[in-house]
Amino acid sequence: MRFALTALLAAAAISLSAQGPDRSKPPVPGPPPTLKLPNIQKQQLSNGLPVWVVEQHEVPVAQVNLVVLSGSADDPPGKYGIASLAASMLMEGAGSRSSLELADAVDFLGADLTAGSASDMSAVRLHAPVSRLAEALPLMADVAQRPMFAAADLERLRQQRLTTIIQARDDPNTIAALGFARALYGTTHRFGTATMGTAETMRSFTPDDLRSFYTAAFRPDNATLIVVGDVTPGSVVPLLDKSFGSWKPTAGGAVAHVKQPAPPQRNRREIYIVDKPGVPQSQIRIGAVGAARSTPDYFPIQVMNTILGGSFSSRLNLNLREKHGYTYGANSFFDMRIEPGPFTAFAGVQTDKTAEALKEFFNEFEAIQRAVPAEELERGKNYVSLGLPSDFETTGDISRRLEDTLVYHLPDDYYAKYVPNIEAVSAAAAQSAARKYVQPDKMAVMIVGDLKTIEAPVRALNLGPITIMTIDGIFGPPPSTR
Amino acid sequence: MKLAVAACLALLLPAPLMAQAAAPLQLPYTQFTLPNGLHVILHEDHSTPVVAVNVWYHVGSAREKPGRTGFAHLFEHLMFTGSGHVEEGEFDALLEDVGGNNNGSTEQDRTNYVIDVPANALELALFLESDRMGYLVDSMNPKRVDQQRDVVKNERRQSVENRPYGLAEGQVLTEMLYPEGHPYHWPIVGYMDDLTAASYDDVVSFFKTYYAPGNASLVVAGDLDPAKTRTLVEKWFSDVKPGAPVTPITVPGVMLTGVQKKTITDRVQLPRLYVAWLTPPSLAPGDAALDLVADVLAGGKNSRLYKRLVYDMQIAQNVSAFQNSQGLSSYFLIRATPQPGHTPDELLKVIDEEIEKVKAQPPTDHEVQRAINQIEASFFSRMERVGGFGGKADQLNRYYTDTGDPDWFNEDLARYRAIGPTDIQAAAQEFLPAGRRVELTVVPQPAR
Repeated sequence: MRFALTALLAAAAISLSAQGPDRSKPPVPGPPPTLKLPNIQKQQLSNGLPVWVVEQHEVPVAQVNLVVLSGSADDPPGKYGIASLAASMLMEGAGSRSSLELADAVDFLGADLTAGSASDMSAVRLHAPVSRLAEALPLMADVAQRPMFAAADLERLRQQRLTTIIQARDDPNTIAALGFARALYGTTHRFGTATMGTAETMRSFTPDDLRSFYTAAFRPDNATLIVVGDVTPGSVVPLLDKSFGSWKPTAGGAVAHVKQPAPPQRNRREIYIVDKPGVPQSQIRIGAVGAARSTPDYFPIQVMNTILGGSFSSRLNLNLREKHGYTYGANSFFDMRIEPGPFTAFAGVQTDKTAEALKEFFNEFEAIQRAVPAEELERGKNYVSLGLPSDFETTGDISRRLEDTLVYHLPDDYYAKYVPNIEAVSAAAAQSAARKYVQPDKMAVMIVGDLKTIEAPVRALNLGPITIMTIDGIFGPPPSTR
Repeated sequence: MKLAVAACLALLLPAPLMAQAAAPLQLPYTQFTLPNGLHVILHEDHSTPVVAVNVWYHVGSAREKPGRTGFAHLFEHLMFTGSGHVEEGEFDALLEDVGGNNNGSTEQDRTNYVIDVPANALELALFLESDRMGYLVDSMNPKRVDQQRDVVKNERRQSVENRPYGLAEGQVLTEMLYPEGHPYHWPIVGYMDDLTAASYDDVVSFFKTYYAPGNASLVVAGDLDPAKTRTLVEKWFSDVKPGAPVTPITVPGVMLTGVQKKTITDRVQLPRLYVAWLTPPSLAPGDAALDLVADVLAGGKNSRLYKRLVYDMQIAQNVSAFQNSQGLSSYFLIRATPQPGHTPDELLKVIDEEIEKVKAQPPTDHEVQRAINQIEASFFSRMERVGGFGGKADQLNRYYTDTGDPDWFNEDLARYRAIGPTDIQAAAQEFLPAGRRVELTVVPQPAR
């Protein structure tokens, strides 16, 4: 019967084609294409520095990232912000070139050279036309190996960062993000304070502090070079060896990673409100300490979160945006690091619907504990697994995937097994991830909004104890500069 | 005279620089026009198994009527809510089912839509795109308009009203630059009252007037077979009904008379200064030279304003400059935030001094070459991604829309390569007059 019906439909489609296509059903895609995963060619320079090369010959450009396995999670207590500032200072003069001379040399090549840090890593990253690689790599090598840390440049950057800390108070989004991190992690866990540190730590840094962090972090036995682009190992490794092959660790032992204290236990739901008088929207952050990148629950979490708040058709977005129109968008994500990062659900909602929006957030957190229907599960899995090719398009995209592989020690066949691992997630596994990581009665709720309008309706929800926080309570008193 | 100067310059350049200039930039494509007027451009790139479906409708906020500002953008939102043969919510659901992504954006002169899917789902994307082009209003209703109206109002709150300096940058600046009634006067996202006023009938009439295939262009790019793709495009788009031709937009030329000053308050800690001039439209003579004026003034750490204000004097937290190229009229903007304890007036004084220096003496060959080298490199980087905003599909559509030639990359780059130091000086002299400009200052709200 099924066969006959199909044949009938096909005939109908043909006869209709004169008028137009059969729009009664969307076309069904064929089998998904296989992503040809980048082949990582692993080599070493003469000093043992590992090099990963991925050939990508589509466009005559190359991305070269020097990744070191130390980041802001390794900031010592009292020195929060040192990793971030040290990375920025790498660009402020290196080798024989001052800050401005270095910038001029890089810009003149049409290259893009940056230095930055994240929680678990720092990196110097170069993107350049391959024709300029031979000239650009020595500049990159200076930045990574011979930074100046000049006192005058430090003072200039210090003032700029103190001003950035002042300006952070402007943005309800930034206040909410930092306030939420503080509520989850407190003051003694590194994740509870901005990557940049505080005004107090910013004022304290000396060139010696920078040098000592740099020396411990930036050394060949803590680093890997990642190269993606229109190169071959034969063409690029000799160039890299010229610039990085004689790099030796300076005195001192292995890198000391800072062990974070356990984040504060939260056994009840708590609400925090920061008053921002007159704002038209409340910035809301809701969540809890989530999972480490190494969690065995990684794939179920990805699928569950996609359904909850990780795609346009996710429950949070369909509810708060499409159904109720409270917001321009509601989302959720798990920030996974070596240590467990936060699970965050967030939205900016119109001030007069703040309480209604909170109620809908919690309705969705409750609902995801219950069954996940098969159709929704399938869509979530497809969205994550079939969308993989678009993560491997540009040299920058591919280099970021390789950075993750390196920093989080993902197995070599991680991406080869990615699709089957996602496909293997059952409804029960997604549901148990929700029960474990999305516990509505143990969440912190941060709201930055117009207190006089939102306080009474939020109190009336009876979600839990409410703490009114001040901006100074999150950032410390406003820094005076100079 | 221009040619002679350029030749001299070439002789002065160090050899390695000239080696670079030879690399050709080309995006092979095929194109055709359907009988209903839809122009179609196909580009093959098999490096990643993804396909981009990119549509530009040649309509934006400039076509809006007084009292209905923000409508083109509200309409864009409605394009994702389902169409004649696609249930409400199905547009996104069907694409997510195959691992696809989609988005849209509205500017003054155009609205674009992007769908990126794994290559096997190309036909699904064409079905969805053609269905909303042909049958959007078949399933439209006032409730959907109300829903998206609320969402868009929240978009305005989020991106303009609740964003530091958002009102200045998203609304006040263009209100000062363009006179009332000029189509660039009002914000793209619109005024709240006008969003409230938008009706279902407006949607139907806007669709019939501006969303006909003859007022659109479609690019399909990526891991595709051109012959098969053409067949699929013909299959799905041929039944879309043609519409009446859209009459070109005509507005009288605009010119600022005198210096227009304004100070507004915002929920910010530090003041910020905006200085802006009306400048030639996108691709008109002067447009590219003004890009280079912006580079000389504020592109990179060695640019004149950045070096002086941020490095040497350390009285600014940041400074930026750019030529904001638009179809009817562009503007050139300088934006600077003083360090605490310093004022916008101090910054303005230095900004004026540096502009006068560019007018008095051409920039050095080194400054110009540095800027052009960066522009050349950016053309390569722009080739790396097929889909999304600014990917190859979007760029082919932009060039087609602006010039009629989808592969206008070399010609565009040639615009910059042809510019010498005296052209930059001349552009500053002609287009950045001290006596005809906008000066907008944002100051912190007084403490409550």
